[in-house]
Amino acid sequence: MPIGQDQAANPFAQFRKTYFEECAELLDALQSHLERLVNGNADEETLHAIFRAVHSIKGGAGAFGFDGLVAFSHVLESLLDQIRDGKVAATHSVIQLLLRASDALADIVSAARDDRTMSAGFAADIVASLEDLLLGAPDQPIDTTVPVAPVQVSGEVRYRIGFTPHTEMLRNANEPLLLVRQLRRLGGLTIEVDTARVPPLATIEPEAAYLGWVYTLDTGAPQSAIREVFEFVEDDCDLTIDIVAAQLATNPTAPVTCTQAIAQPLVKNGEINAQPASPTQSIRVDVDKVDRLVNLVGEMVITQAMLTEQSSMLPIDQYPALIQGIEALAQSARELQESVMAIRAQPVKSIFARMPRVVRDLAATLGKEARIVTTGEATEIDKTVIEQLNDPLTHMIRNALDHGIEPPEVRTAAGKPRQGTIHLAAAQRSGRIVIEVSDDGHGIDRAKVLAKAQARGLVPPGAALSDEEIDNLIFLPAFSTADKVSNISGRGVGMDVVKRNVQSLGGRISVQSRLGAGSRFILSLPLTLAVLDGMIISVGKETYIIPLTAIIESLRPKPADIHPVVGRGDVLALRGEYVPLTYLHKRFSIADAISDPCRGIVIIVQSESAGRLGVVVDELLGQQQVVVKSLEVNYDPVEGISGATILGNGRVALILDIARLRDADCAARQEQVSEMARLH
Amino acid sequence: MAKRILAVDDSKTMRDMVSFTLSKAGFEVNVAEDGKGALAVLGGGKFDLIITDLNMPVMDGITLIKNVRSSAQHRGVPILILTTESDGAKKAEGKAAGATGWLVKPFSPEKLVELVQRVCP
Repeated sequence: MPIGQDQAANPFAQFRKTYFEECAELLDALQSHLERLVNGNADEETLHAIFRAVHSIKGGAGAFGFDGLVAFSHVLESLLDQIRDGKVAATHSVIQLLLRASDALADIVSAARDDRTMSAGFAADIVASLEDLLLGAPDQPIDTTVPVAPVQVSGEVRYRIGFTPHTEMLRNANEPLLLVRQLRRLGGLTIEVDTARVPPLATIEPEAAYLGWVYTLDTGAPQSAIREVFEFVEDDCDLTIDIVAAQLATNPTAPVTCTQAIAQPLVKNGEINAQPASPTQSIRVDVDKVDRLVNLVGEMVITQAMLTEQSSMLPIDQYPALIQGIEALAQSARELQESVMAIRAQPVKSIFARMPRVVRDLAATLGKEARIVTTGEATEIDKTVIEQLNDPLTHMIRNALDHGIEPPEVRTAAGKPRQGTIHLAAAQRSGRIVIEVSDDGHGIDRAKVLAKAQARGLVPPGAALSDEEIDNLIFLPAFSTADKVSNISGRGVGMDVVKRNVQSLGGRISVQSRLGAGSRFILSLPLTLAVLDGMIISVGKETYIIPLTAIIESLRPKPADIHPVVGRGDVLALRGEYVPLTYLHKRFSIADAISDPCRGIVIIVQSESAGRLGVVVDELLGQQQVVVKSLEVNYDPVEGISGATILGNGRVALILDIARLRDADCAARQEQVSEMARLH
Repeated sequence: MAKRILAVDDSKTMRDMVSFTLSKAGFEVNVAEDGKGALAVLGGGKFDLIITDLNMPVMDGITLIKNVRSSAQHRGVPILILTTESDGAKKAEGKAAGATGWLVKPFSPEKLVELVQRVCP
């Protein structure tokens, strides 16, 4: 039967989304707790948490009628229960089986989510192994639930029901009067009270049960319906149900109709389902609509900036209310913008959770031992960015495992633990999201990288490159240090593609490495692609924006601090450190600009690749939040420019791309160096 | 006045389902994620019914029931436990701890409302 039809009839269909979101979290928790089990640092709570995760997945699956999911998780849950109770030992092979089962469980969950049916034999081997273990376990509880065929009774029957509650029944908050009310719904009821056991008043215990009742019930309902009334108290009372007289004459006002109405499941009642659905906790909105909202808010922010700028020319004592109003508008516009951006934000957990499996699968293929540790999964980032992050991240993880982590024997020989560790971390840092992939493998072999780059003509022979520059060579197109071509780390795709993907998201990637100790890839991504806080600067008659997050400080240097360095351009001595300078008027060929940094301003900026750069400009004009308009969409990509914006005065200003400004400078200097090398 | 129900489950799906179904049936529903959270919520007033899952982190359902039954303020509150078909032993354990009744997962909205009305009319 197509699941879609099933869903329409399911009264809980509206919670489907919540369920699958929760499943993702539970699978994630299952995964990380299993990792602890693998690593041998599991405590009792770990086992409980593993059990709970599977238990909750199963519980929800039942509500939505995902039978395959229920069946699989039931077997898994049963085994986990045995392990929890110590009846099955969590040996290495059992843990491996649990890992495979959790992967299969994830597959079944995603199939259910996408309304797909798993093939008939899917995970049959896993189920068989789970069942084998269960059969071997002592005291295996056998599911003895046998469906009881309802006994059909036609016509009315008179029952005599003897009911004497025990004290426990009252203690458990079962109210005898409520049971009477239930019975009355089944048919005509007469009640006799048996007070024989009530002691003298002085010896009465207020919380003890002394009364007993005898009910006479005429009903067309089956005996099971009567049993059901006493379902919760059966063990806490003396209960007798006897048929006194069968086949009573049908009374015209017989409660039969009433009984039928009760017995008739309401689920079949169309009216119930036809009720308008109440608003739920989440609503589905077309992403296009959100994008339009983001755009509109962007336009509004621009207009608001313009108003603010115009109002700054008004005398505040003459228009106090207007100016106050514009300030309030600025505040609201900013909050509105943040709220709109928050709609698009999602935790990175959704992609982080996929990575342990990537590591496990690949480690098995490569014959390596590795585990993955993730932190900061709750960090939120724009949905568009998240969706496009999966491929680069997967590639980086595979790369770390393929090229970074050594085989177990090599690691042991080097005095490292056999099992390598890959650390995946996310954090929000000054308006950007930083994602780090680090491993404790052998790190980048700089001599090998440099030799290869020279052999390929990517670096002129004899060029002096810093360690950082050598490490970054691996991002050059078609660069591979693997001795033989491996299709594992990226199906023939290199780190250059990763870098391109990341850059297209407005992000940057850099690498730090220590030979023998491991590598760390650092991805820095904007929280959102739509707005940034900018510093407005002027060069000649042109206006540019520098992202505020990149700026460390600005200063007017003394002539003695500027040093020309051959092959490196001018550098600025700043508290004992040399910072290369870049002249914007030279880069963008602007006339009438201040060419002497000592008369203009030097803005010290930091790019993610840890390099500092001094940008020489004429003047700082002010700070403003700007809405980023893509140059690629509206014009063409320009090196050193990440986008454009419209200022309050209606003029267009270009936004500088600090990292690429520096890269371009480095490239230009390398050309100079190789030029000189050729001349010598 | 609407009857107040406290629904305790570590699964958001379950909490949402129970809370939505019972709110629609006219109950006032409060939720908690585990036994400890439930006790904190109970500290804030009178409740007419507690519906609790058994398997929960921090404090499980059985411990919650024992706590409620030994508290002066809430000892008389009916408690329904959420169980599955397969854990018959759990049902007995819940009963022994002081549960009023049980609700077997998966359940239909009607079954839930009917059971709740049975112990909390």
